[in-house]
Amino acid sequence: MRVHAKRAGALASGLMLPAMSMADWTVNMSPGVTSTSNEIFSLHMTILWICVVIGLVVFGVMFWSIIAHRKSRGHKPANFHENTLVEILWTIIPLVILVVMAIPATATLVDMYDTSEADIDIKVTGYQWRWKYDYLDEEFGYFSNLATPLDQVQNRQDKGENYLLEVDNPLIVPVGKRVRLLLTANDVIHSWWVPALGIKKDAIPGFINEAWFQVDEPGVYRGQCTELCGKNHGFMPVVVEAVPGEEYNTWLAEQKAAARKERELTRQDWTMDQLMARGKKTYQTACAACHQPDGSGAPPAFPALKGSAIATGEKMAHIDIVLNGKSGTAMQAFGGQLSEVDLAAVITYERNAWGNNTGDIVTPKEILDYKNQK
Amino acid sequence: MAVTGVFMSSVADTHTQDHGHHGPAKGFSRWLLTTNHKDIGTMYLVFSFTMFLLGGTMAMVIRAELFQPGLQIVQPEFFNQMTTMHGLIMIFGAVMPAFVGLANWMLPLMIGAPDMALPRMNNWSFWLLPCAFLILLSTLFMQGGAPNFGWTAYAPLSTTYGPPSTTFFIFAIHIMGISSIMGAINVIATILNLRAPGMTLMKMPLFVWTWLITAFLLIAVMPVLAGVVTMMLMDINFGTSFFDASGGGDPVLFQHVFWFFGHPEVYIMILPAFGAISHIIPAFSRKPLFGYASMVYAVGAIALLSFVVWAHHMFTVGIPIVGQLFFMYATMLIAVPTGVKVFNWVATMFRGSLTFEAPMLFAVAFVILFTIGGFSGLMLAIAPADFQYHDTYFVVAHFHYVLVPGAIFGIFASAYFWLPKWTGHMYDETLAKTHFWLSFIGMNLAFFPMHFLGLAGMPRRIPDYALQFADFNMISSIGAFMFGATQLLFLFIVVKCVRGGEKAPAKPWDGAEGLEWTVPSPAPYHTFSTPPEVK
Ligand code: HEC
Ligand SMILES: [Cu+2]
Repeated sequence: MRVHAKRAGALASGLMLPAMSMADWTVNMSPGVTSTSNEIFSLHMTILWICVVIGLVVFGVMFWSIIAHRKSRGHKPANFHENTLVEILWTIIPLVILVVMAIPATATLVDMYDTSEADIDIKVTGYQWRWKYDYLDEEFGYFSNLATPLDQVQNRQDKGENYLLEVDNPLIVPVGKRVRLLLTANDVIHSWWVPALGIKKDAIPGFINEAWFQVDEPGVYRGQCTELCGKNHGFMPVVVEAVPGEEYNTWLAEQKAAARKERELTRQDWTMDQLMARGKKTYQTACAACHQPDGSGAPPAFPALKGSAIATGEKMAHIDIVLNGKSGTAMQAFGGQLSEVDLAAVITYERNAWGNNTGDIVTPKEILDYKNQK
Repeated sequence: MAVTGVFMSSVADTHTQDHGHHGPAKGFSRWLLTTNHKDIGTMYLVFSFTMFLLGGTMAMVIRAELFQPGLQIVQPEFFNQMTTMHGLIMIFGAVMPAFVGLANWMLPLMIGAPDMALPRMNNWSFWLLPCAFLILLSTLFMQGGAPNFGWTAYAPLSTTYGPPSTTFFIFAIHIMGISSIMGAINVIATILNLRAPGMTLMKMPLFVWTWLITAFLLIAVMPVLAGVVTMMLMDINFGTSFFDASGGGDPVLFQHVFWFFGHPEVYIMILPAFGAISHIIPAFSRKPLFGYASMVYAVGAIALLSFVVWAHHMFTVGIPIVGQLFFMYATMLIAVPTGVKVFNWVATMFRGSLTFEAPMLFAVAFVILFTIGGFSGLMLAIAPADFQYHDTYFVVAHFHYVLVPGAIFGIFASAYFWLPKWTGHMYDETLAKTHFWLSFIGMNLAFFPMHFLGLAGMPRRIPDYALQFADFNMISSIGAFMFGATQLLFLFIVVKCVRGGEKAPAKPWDGAEGLEWTVPSPAPYHTFSTPPEVK
């Protein structure tokens, strides 16, 4: 255990070095920081060594023949072509090795599948291309988006130390508590993976998968989506931050207060400027991946919003497509993903940015009314 | 039980009679209308190599983009199209047709048959392939681009969220499937009906055995693939919800059906190579194959097991623990017959009288590198560990280790082994050895570091990656460029060998055994019009 923790520490500090010297030569799995990841690591090492030993024997015999039994050395061929005893032995021995290997593998698997009795339940939802974390007992949730600036991806800016492995809002969990994840997805299949936790589980639309972990060391653990989920599959990292219990409780209180405040915002009066400012931010995180930051889209897959018939036409039709999405296309229903304020802001933004100067304001109250009338 | 001494008598005079009457027709219609197994074999091989270069070019695009972190050459949408098309083209366009080409050329020669049993269908099954691939490739130029959901086409990414060209992809898969099924029927009919008198099943050369089993696998699983893509077609165009949860369907159903096809498919791509290698190693060891019977049983066992392991591709989708355990145990079991094969090959080399011409070099590399791919396969079979390996570069390393030195080195070994028979000339041994060493080094440089990348946490199918993966990716790209460029040398060697070179005797390899070496080189247009006698 202690060795494992140290190695994990070494790996983590490896990740902290500045950009260029960061490139490292890690050649093996890391043992990780949970009991599951440690068990997996030891299974991995066991089977690896078994393979190495078998390989040495087999390739040893082979290279001996290659070197010693060459025609150029005048070696005369033997003529044997079967030997029942040998053939039985090299069927039975591998079988025994496999059985020996299967025992600890089974035990680990049983352990991984035991998702009962969790202290905290968090619902993880995969979206194209971000994660949403809902704290089921606490009535709040938030999105976790890639935080690496596009300029770094496009090589216009130096890449940061956590390039592509950083998010705006990591998943926060307390140390020493058993956390259960309920994984699902909103559109296509995603897969939630954090190597240090030893968890990789598919997030499948319409179905719920379960996984659990308990971290005892505070720290930041990084991973990625591992199921091809479309264009930005490579750009939806997972970051988990394990914090001490007290810190977690303070954070929890803050989040709950913020969620309450958010609900109050809906009732507040908003000016065009306020909505535009907020809308721009929402647009960049939630919409720009498909419709592009300048509203030009990527036709034919993703329509332009700049000058689009919907974004410059009937207000209701615009609200409708953003809230309800369009089934059968990549345009999702954002009604449940964004708050009323953000929805109002982003729609106002789309109706007034990039020369779409409709002058329309959509208020959070209008969104609420629209939702209620349904 | 060995294949030694399975010979012939009446061959030498049969072909002389053939000379006067019909040889090949002239010009393009020879190739369009031909029903001759040698012509069709040649067309399959040429087609396969063309696809190999095309799919390889796509791999070069992928490796060029991954040379450094950041997006440089292509955008993610196009990157995904490249990974998808690379996979589809290599599997259905390069590897499978190459083995069908080898089957066409060699099966009749090995069993002493005058041709394939169903020559017209043979022509048809070949010509369907260029049609299928024209359709598939045309999607690159369609609105919304080519399929971009990986060769595995997981729903709903490929259905609800797929590009408009998906319907064409489905159509192309259907045509390829029909072609493969017809090819397989032909192989089975040929092997079961046209063997020379005296050639009992347990005297059949191993290449014939492995192809027979492969053909049964094809007939069993290609319809399953057709079924699953038809369900996709219905979901996309006719409003069904097989894979759409919001309509009561199940996205995981797609994966079950797909991998029920997909796992036997990987054996379809390797078993014929097992067969060819089992001829080449004894030939250059000058010693009979060790354990002929156990080789046959091992191939049969692998083929049967391949039907009950499909969910090992799906350990992370959340199947119940009992299922998880079953698929883990079944998958681990495959290691036993596979091990038997490797041990047999090594035992064949042991105390032989070895020389290392190009076919043998490729064959030895096959055994070593395929075994490494087998080891990583065994590791992947351990379900809990697979939670870490799954969908990372470790898997990419694994299947390239079984497919490149497995299937593709197997094909190169076979090509060099039988080129003298096909062309009547010896190929240039120095160039061929250069081809081998460059391929060998390039291949290992390209794919070995991928193990490290996967273990360090790099997911597959991503166009850009975190900085700690930079060094190994660069090495891998360099290796891939080297491997890719080297294949042009192969083209040169083959063209050179077709056009001239030292005359090849009927049996250019002193240790080789089998009926194919009893006919002259090049093999006449018609062979074995009178069946040879096998003792
Ligand atoms: C995953 C990709 C994706 C994201 C993210 C996305 N959209 Fe869309 N959007 C689409 C697609 C695809 C369509 C076209 C649907 C169709 O076929 O009508 C579309 C259509 C629209 C339209 C109608 C445009 C027209 O003229 O037809 C509006 C308005 C719109 N989206 C707004 C938004 C807003 C606001 C957001 C962010 C909250 C957003 N979209 C995020 C993919 C996306
Ligand atoms: Cu994803």
